[in-house]
Amino acid sequence: MSHSSQFLVGVFDDDEVVLNAVRSVRASGVRVHEVYSPFPIHGIDDALGYKRTRLDIAAFMFGCCGFLGAGSLIGLTLGYDWPMNIGGKPFAPLPDFIPVTFEGTVLCTALGMVATFLLASGLFPGSTKTVFDARFSDDKFILAVELDKNHGHSAEQITKLLKSNGATEVNLKEVKD
Amino acid sequence: MQVTSPVREPLVTGGKTLHDVTNDIARHVEGKPTRLWYISFIISVIVMSYGIYCLYNTWWVGLGVWGLNKTVGWAWDITNFVWWVGIGHAGTLISAVLLLFRQKWRASINRAAEAMTIFAVLCAASFIMMHAGRAWLAYWCLPLGNTYGTLWVNFNSPLVWDVFAISTYLTVSVVFWYIGLIPDLATIRDRAQNSISRFVYGTLAFGWNGGAKDWSRYEAVSLVLAGLSTPLVLSVHTIVSMDFATSVIPGWHTTIFPPYFVAGAIFSGFAMVLTLMLVTRVTFKLQDYITMGHIESMNKIILLTGSIVGVAYITEFFIAAYSGVDYESYCFINRAFGPYWWAYWSMMSCNVISPQLFWFKKIRTSITATFILSIIVNIGMWFERFVIIVTSLHRDYLPSSWAMFHPTRFDIGDYIFSFGFFFTLFFLFAKYLPVINMFEIKMILKSSGDKKSKPADVHAAKTTTV
Repeated sequence: MSHSSQFLVGVFDDDEVVLNAVRSVRASGVRVHEVYSPFPIHGIDDALGYKRTRLDIAAFMFGCCGFLGAGSLIGLTLGYDWPMNIGGKPFAPLPDFIPVTFEGTVLCTALGMVATFLLASGLFPGSTKTVFDARFSDDKFILAVELDKNHGHSAEQITKLLKSNGATEVNLKEVKD
Repeated sequence: MQVTSPVREPLVTGGKTLHDVTNDIARHVEGKPTRLWYISFIISVIVMSYGIYCLYNTWWVGLGVWGLNKTVGWAWDITNFVWWVGIGHAGTLISAVLLLFRQKWRASINRAAEAMTIFAVLCAASFIMMHAGRAWLAYWCLPLGNTYGTLWVNFNSPLVWDVFAISTYLTVSVVFWYIGLIPDLATIRDRAQNSISRFVYGTLAFGWNGGAKDWSRYEAVSLVLAGLSTPLVLSVHTIVSMDFATSVIPGWHTTIFPPYFVAGAIFSGFAMVLTLMLVTRVTFKLQDYITMGHIESMNKIILLTGSIVGVAYITEFFIAAYSGVDYESYCFINRAFGPYWWAYWSMMSCNVISPQLFWFKKIRTSITATFILSIIVNIGMWFERFVIIVTSLHRDYLPSSWAMFHPTRFDIGDYIFSFGFFFTLFFLFAKYLPVINMFEIKMILKSSGDKKSKPADVHAAKTTTV
């Protein structure tokens, strides 16, 4: 069964205006679905009540895996599986292991973090994320409000609220689930 | 919180609005290629084809087609490798180090500089494959189980470190660059006029819709990637220098090599960025985005790193004399006054003397002078690597085996290949991808643009956080 939800889409011209609009719209009890912008707006996470992203913790974990993985690869191959006498040096000369261990750590952190980001945000070739207004990628700032999640407010009330906070236009958009 | 002084020069001129930025930059991706583009692209492909013929000979016949002999076992191959890797480093420096230092002027040049990094590292990697002789056995550098009783690669060897450093660097650079491209690809997707480009750019844009949550994750990713790339880029050229510094050849066995190589890399990389961007800004009419201020800033970095390189040359000479080691002293006297004196003095005049001209504001802000000097710097940096490699090898400990190196047409042809390959990729990039990071320009437009119509903008210029 195909189901669709209705959204009110406010279009703004300026990042500071949309930031203030988010604050006052939320203050009057309306739940904001999401804000879409051509570039990151600083302070919007707090205004929308988002928690700090934990991607950097994931990155640290991936870094630890890379460090242990690369370090043990070198240690186990040269020190344990087939120790070689190279110029009478120790079988496990730790300073020599630094470069490859470092590169392994960096590689694992970078790839792991980016993969987590793409997965978490649902970004992949062929992904069809909802674009409420295609002008978001040019010069407009888009504020979407889902009507089904704001039963306490009528569409007219929300439209008025958005307009009074600086929206240049407010459109109704239906999105199929 | 960062405060931009109102007296700072604007980074984007011409009173641009957000929509102007999109139009000015996306226009080149959407329009038909110009005649100039076709001509330059075809020339690059022809040059690359000749290079591929030489490369085919190098691999089919073997390294005997090069001018190497038993005394000089490394010459143009490693010279070109180090030269290209060094050029690549400027892109990472601009995208990562300047991001950490919050230098807003990087926004106009980071995209093209990172593309240059990737193409330059690919060129460098091709010389590694060439100098190995049997490129199809390159996987022997990887720690794979094998039939020799699982004899592993030697992780004590700087050459193995190099394999890991260069491949990590290439991978991370590509990822960093692509992540930065995604929002701009979405812009091109949303403006696309025909279904083919909507499909192609739509697929490449990964469904980006600019949501606040995605932006917040995006910013965390780019900050961490910048933080990773900074030590990575330093480690890569450090390891490249260790290919030389850990050996016991006079002229190579010095502890000054890592910082000296890194400074040289930044020096040559910025020169290459200038060479490319000065042409790009004129052909694509991007003078409002790459302003004289950008050019001057890059020239100042060239002046600084060029002076560091100059100090390194003098220090090397002094230490060679001060060490009291006969072989070391001879190596340096031979460099300056031996049969390769012309290479040494080309290096000295191009790298040490010529960038000092940038002390004069008139030269620093002259486009013609900058363009000429940027090419001279790269000629000088090529000679630097040639001098380090060949003059240290050609007169070794045993005078009976002294020799000279004479390049053959295949040495030259393989070098030509890298130019054709580099410019073919660069022209494709310049036509089919936005050469300037649109969303980052939009981000700094309010604080660093020169539009002063609204009083809100004046206030924003003083207090906007970036």
